[in-house]
Amino acid sequence: MKDKLLKIVDFSRSLGAEYADVRYIQEENETLSMKNGRVDGIDKTDDEGFGVRVLVKGAWGFSSSPDLTLWEKVVKEAVEVARCSALSPKPGGINFPAMKAIVDRYSTPFAEDPFKISLEDKLLLMGKADEAMRRVPDVKVAKTSLGFLKITKHFASTEGSYIRQDLLESGGGIECTAVGNGEVQQRSFPNAFGRQQLTGGFEHIRKMNLPENAQRIAEECSALLSAPQCPSGTMTIILDPTQLALQIHESCGHAVELDRALGMEASFAGTSFLLPDMAAKFRYGSDIVNLYQDGTVRDGLGTYGYDDDGIPACRTDIVKNGIFVGYLSNRETAAQIGHTTSSANRACSWNRIPIVRMTNVSLAPGTWSFDDLISDTKEGLYLVTNKSWSIDDKRLNFQFGTETAYEIKNGKLGRLFKNATYTGITPEFWAGCDAICNEKHWGLYGIPSCGKGEPMQTAHVGHGCAPTRFRNVRVGVA
Amino acid sequence: MMLGKIRCEAILKEVLQLSREAGETEVSVFTSEGGLTRFAENYIHQNAVERNAQASVRVIFGRQIGHAGTNRVDTEGLRSMVERAVAIARLSEENPDFGGLPSDSEAIPLVDAFRPSTERYSPQRRAEAIAKLIFAAKEKGFRASGAFGTGLREFAIANSKGISRYQSATVADFNTVVMSDDSSGYANASALDVCDLDVDSLAKEAVDKAERSRHPIDLPAGEYPVVLEEYAVSDLVGFLAYLGFNGMTYREGQSFLTEKKGQKVAVPEISIWDDGLDTRGLAQPFDFEGVPKRRVDLVKNGIAGEPVWDSYNSRLANVTNTGHALPAPNTYGPIPLNVFMAPGLTPKADLLKGVERGIWVTRFHYVNPLHPKKTLLTGMTRDGTFLIENGRITKGIKNMRFTASILDALSKVEAIGSTTRCFISTFGSSCVPALRIGSFAFSGVTRF
Repeated sequence: MKDKLLKIVDFSRSLGAEYADVRYIQEENETLSMKNGRVDGIDKTDDEGFGVRVLVKGAWGFSSSPDLTLWEKVVKEAVEVARCSALSPKPGGINFPAMKAIVDRYSTPFAEDPFKISLEDKLLLMGKADEAMRRVPDVKVAKTSLGFLKITKHFASTEGSYIRQDLLESGGGIECTAVGNGEVQQRSFPNAFGRQQLTGGFEHIRKMNLPENAQRIAEECSALLSAPQCPSGTMTIILDPTQLALQIHESCGHAVELDRALGMEASFAGTSFLLPDMAAKFRYGSDIVNLYQDGTVRDGLGTYGYDDDGIPACRTDIVKNGIFVGYLSNRETAAQIGHTTSSANRACSWNRIPIVRMTNVSLAPGTWSFDDLISDTKEGLYLVTNKSWSIDDKRLNFQFGTETAYEIKNGKLGRLFKNATYTGITPEFWAGCDAICNEKHWGLYGIPSCGKGEPMQTAHVGHGCAPTRFRNVRVGVA
Repeated sequence: MMLGKIRCEAILKEVLQLSREAGETEVSVFTSEGGLTRFAENYIHQNAVERNAQASVRVIFGRQIGHAGTNRVDTEGLRSMVERAVAIARLSEENPDFGGLPSDSEAIPLVDAFRPSTERYSPQRRAEAIAKLIFAAKEKGFRASGAFGTGLREFAIANSKGISRYQSATVADFNTVVMSDDSSGYANASALDVCDLDVDSLAKEAVDKAERSRHPIDLPAGEYPVVLEEYAVSDLVGFLAYLGFNGMTYREGQSFLTEKKGQKVAVPEISIWDDGLDTRGLAQPFDFEGVPKRRVDLVKNGIAGEPVWDSYNSRLANVTNTGHALPAPNTYGPIPLNVFMAPGLTPKADLLKGVERGIWVTRFHYVNPLHPKKTLLTGMTRDGTFLIENGRITKGIKNMRFTASILDALSKVEAIGSTTRCFISTFGSSCVPALRIGSFAFSGVTRF
């Protein structure tokens, strides 16, 4: 494969490319879903292909095909569209700093290969969770899902790099819907979006204890049908890590994508309120807010060896002691503002152009135990698991809904409320952050459905966080 | 990569032959080929060509079902796919609710959705069209971004009970956001025929919006009369179809329609339907099981109509299948994908008349359901939000967050635009008019 890919980039250079890279990717995907005791679908899909990216006369071109025998045609197309791009060139051209050649191999660490676990064993585990949820009478729909993804990615560039990566992801979750009292309510575990997903093997599924948690989740779902409406007002909230993960994702992760800040996603995903001249000056949150990106942390869904610029994954600060200090970036965008790439250039498939994506964007742990945090809160809400999300195209005004809300009164968790929502403006919200739980409560949460780009690219990204308290938040707008 | 009807049908036959040991088999082929040119900050920053051909198979032994897919459509790839599906089916538990694959019971009307002009459209021509738009933006000192895509697709499906279908289509789409330092304007059009896209007109629309929305003022949150342009209406109608008219969620009591079928849910002038044969949208005369698509009235003269169905859910509900299946394995249920809203009698420019103080919304952004059964949504306005005073647009306003029920909005419609615009996405489309709504709830304001 190495010789073939190096031949492709050499051919690109012979056609006038100043820089070229090629990615050849093979994917194996297995998904299982169960609904109300019935196997709703088991699917095994494979996918492979290659994409060639070329820089010609200061403009980009890209072409792709599932058929490697078409490599000459694909390279010619990439060069042709790059020449078309040059009809409306970037003033001053693309600054794409040269890198040293890297030859390496990376593999996701894992304990138990999910593709070697039998379907019977997977269905047995799912069946137990399904059955436990359906023991609760109001539960009309019980869903359980598992998903596994194996990716082999080869990368070669005109700089002489050749990198092979073998990546592995495992995910699973339960979700139930209760219907009654004119209401429809939903609960999910251990995360929203159908499943929690991480890099690694089947050991992650075992740790989720889906059957052991299923009845509790179903009972909470049922209780929501008769729960009172969440109160409205400005109050203190504590976010559980699954909801906080999405809060970080939407109000920090996307806001610090440098391509957005530079206007490159303006027409679709939007831009960002965090402009380059605000770095090291702008107060993003309170002093205790430390956010960073880390593509190297074990188990993170946004963890890999090298990005699609061929740069090793790394950890960099985004917000330090409350001050915005750095972006997620790639070679091109980082060079544009005189920075070094944070190696966050990723395409979701062989037939997509790599763009700046989140890695694992995380909130560093604080000092509090969860019990102490609740005890220290006189009045407020503990909000658990995302149900709805929306944020403006500069990542300022957001609104989230959560599946459950628990009253906090005089330092104790109390009544369950339904239909909780909260809203805010990003830097005002993070300025209200006054307590973060410690590393014992800190975990990694995967979002396997992050959308960006045209055509749409769905990225798998991660967030690490612990329960965190925010003051003066507007709750219950709907 | 376009394979053509003969090659697609050969793949279908080959897979049916490879899985002949199964009780029933369904096989589909989906191909795509196209180019997309993206621009931002007045230059082309991404320019891509892509092609793919994917096959998938569903094999059934009794009521044990297995699925598999691949994009290796040679004999070896197809054989491996069938072997995986067979192995899954053999190991899978029986689904007693599965009633078998649909059979070929009626002829499919011919729908011509392929336009050679779109097929021939080159990256050079896309780049030239974009250059004109960028020139128009630069003349005003603005920055243009957007995307211009042209592509082809084929979908072919067959099963062991006699169904065999093939459909090809072309799609062209142009969208742009033109920005000044404190404003932006949007324009978008899509069509089967790229020649139907008037890029000059789209450029004018976006530049004009960006210019008129400069120096936006703050407007407090609250209830306002609104004029929603077609872009915004498309979002509301798309979510209504998705949340309310899915036969599976209807059957499970998760849709408002479970209680409100046959009841008044909108003003009498509102009619919404799904029609897979109408080439103003992304026409496809059969669904992802090969079943003919029937026109379904979702809302007729303000009265809630019927949900749409696929073979699995229609059998459980004991109703006629309307031909709205999604690709297997499908856990989402059937969904209306070709949605139309009837135009009214009011020229779009006259929708402002009678609005003493209200808001003109060009488009929404990041819309999501808060409470699906109540059709309660939240989202932001974007790229052209204006204050209406005494029947005229007077100034741009900062973008606002809405939190509103679609059904509530449709019951407060005061006037309907006399023309529709059509928007085509990967698997679906909508054709809708602009609307004037007497009261629409805005729950927040942002900073720009």
